[in-house]
Amino acid sequence: MNITDETIEYVAALAKLELNREEKEKAKKDLGSILEYMDTMNELNTDNIEPMSHVFPVKNVFREDIVTNGPNRDILLSNAPKQKDGCFMVPKTVE
Amino acid sequence: MKSYETVIGLEVHVELATETKIFCGCTTRFGGDTNTHCCPVCTGMPGTLPVLNKKVVEYAMAAGLALNCKINQQCKFDRKNYFYPDLPKAYQVSQLYLPICHNGGIEIEVDGVKKVIGIHEIHMEEDAGKLTHDPWEDCTLVDYNRCGVPLIEIVSEPDMRSAEEVIAYLDKLKLILQYLGVSDCKMQEGSLRADINLSVRETGAKEFGTRTEMKNMNSFKAITRAIEGERKRQIELLEEGKAVVQETRRWDDNKDTSFAMRSKEDAQDYRYFPEPDLVPMEISDEWIDEIRNRQPELRDEKMLRYEKEYDIPAYDAGIITGSKRLADIFEETVAICKKPKEVSNWIMVETMRLLKETEMEPEDIHFTPDNLAKLIALIHDGKINRTVAKEVFESVFKDNTDPEAYVKEHGLMMVNDEGELRSVVEKVLAVNPTSVADYRGGKEKALGFLVGQTMKEMKGKADPGMINKILKELL
Repeated sequence: MNITDETIEYVAALAKLELNREEKEKAKKDLGSILEYMDTMNELNTDNIEPMSHVFPVKNVFREDIVTNGPNRDILLSNAPKQKDGCFMVPKTVE
Repeated sequence: MKSYETVIGLEVHVELATETKIFCGCTTRFGGDTNTHCCPVCTGMPGTLPVLNKKVVEYAMAAGLALNCKINQQCKFDRKNYFYPDLPKAYQVSQLYLPICHNGGIEIEVDGVKKVIGIHEIHMEEDAGKLTHDPWEDCTLVDYNRCGVPLIEIVSEPDMRSAEEVIAYLDKLKLILQYLGVSDCKMQEGSLRADINLSVRETGAKEFGTRTEMKNMNSFKAITRAIEGERKRQIELLEEGKAVVQETRRWDDNKDTSFAMRSKEDAQDYRYFPEPDLVPMEISDEWIDEIRNRQPELRDEKMLRYEKEYDIPAYDAGIITGSKRLADIFEETVAICKKPKEVSNWIMVETMRLLKETEMEPEDIHFTPDNLAKLIALIHDGKINRTVAKEVFESVFKDNTDPEAYVKEHGLMMVNDEGELRSVVEKVLAVNPTSVADYRGGKEKALGFLVGQTMKEMKGKADPGMINKILKELL
């Protein structure tokens, strides 16, 4: 399946990726072969087959509603590139 | 100008009243120092895995059943992908394909007209963190205390046609959720947030117009104003021959107008896919029955019961059950003093008056039912009269004072000693000969004046009935 430049640029923008000419071509080829494989899958008859929602045959894993965690701020913030006033500091996103 | 119809659907986000977050054991308590209600899971640290809080599923089911929805017994989570630092994982765990509830509806009433508003679906998801702008560094500060707090999003059908219907719907929704104990629904704290999808079309048209979505309204008043404003804006566009652009708009209550937030150029593409870190849920019939059997009495049933069991007028029952807090106070006080009519009167008259005067909401009431019950007992036992009781109640309302202690401390106990009262009445008659003569000359009104004078002498601590009786005897 052929992927247009437009599509690859859109997908890259959504994933916040900047691709050069060469990378773009490679991504087009890779995604194209994935979609081709999907086309093969689409040829199969899947009537009466439940869509699989998880790879493990496990259901209903829950925890009880009990507080188990206490304040842990220093450790949580220790990997932050920047922090201030007990907050993670990131580039400006709000006015 | 042509005549237009407004078409409105709501997306209501409700923070659930669980102790812990949806996928980790962090507290959901409101406030707290920044990033102190957090752990590696809700701050999106690599390698962590979410585990679903069972209570979230139960609350979502309870809400769904109360809103007459069907429960999706095969149910799972999906990832909604977007880059914004309020969600550290760069995706929100939500439900798209198999939301927990669907196809419900509730009845609202506006100006005596009843109407069912359909509920399209209810899904479970996680709340996001809070971003604040730091003017000194010109950057954004992120606090993840709210991140991972469980939400349900209740999506209505586009069945509403006016701001009044929207408010009636929200009021009803809020009450149901509060009665269920599923959420406190405090708009100021963001635990109930409504996004409004609104379009207009010429009256009689079959197709819907292009809709806009409005966010950021944190009161019923703001919602009403936003609806009126957006309706007007869209009609003006159509009248000028322009088109309404499908977009998300942010309501600014200070400027009384809305602004485009996202244009169609950078339309959102969330690329949903099944959440691989959480296993699917299979909700059994037994589990649904268990939740159904646990459902508390909701407002409509409660109203009918108050009328029947306590003989309370429908109007009063409506006001009291119109707030879960008032209904709780009413029932707990009645349980202690067994005088429903008295309790209802204190809520309907004095409590309502003081709430209005102090601009408080019923949720802010902090007096306890036992103190209201004690006050009612004091009146009933003839220890204080109603005028004094009002004064005592103001103190109960303000500081949750013990009425017995207050009465004792301020010496407000009624004088039941007939001899003492008689001597005061005699004194009053002696210094008011004109009124005595007026009364004897047939002026009934003079009696009221004499009762008042006696009451004044007694500093309000007398039974008006007894004063009346003695006065009539002596006259």
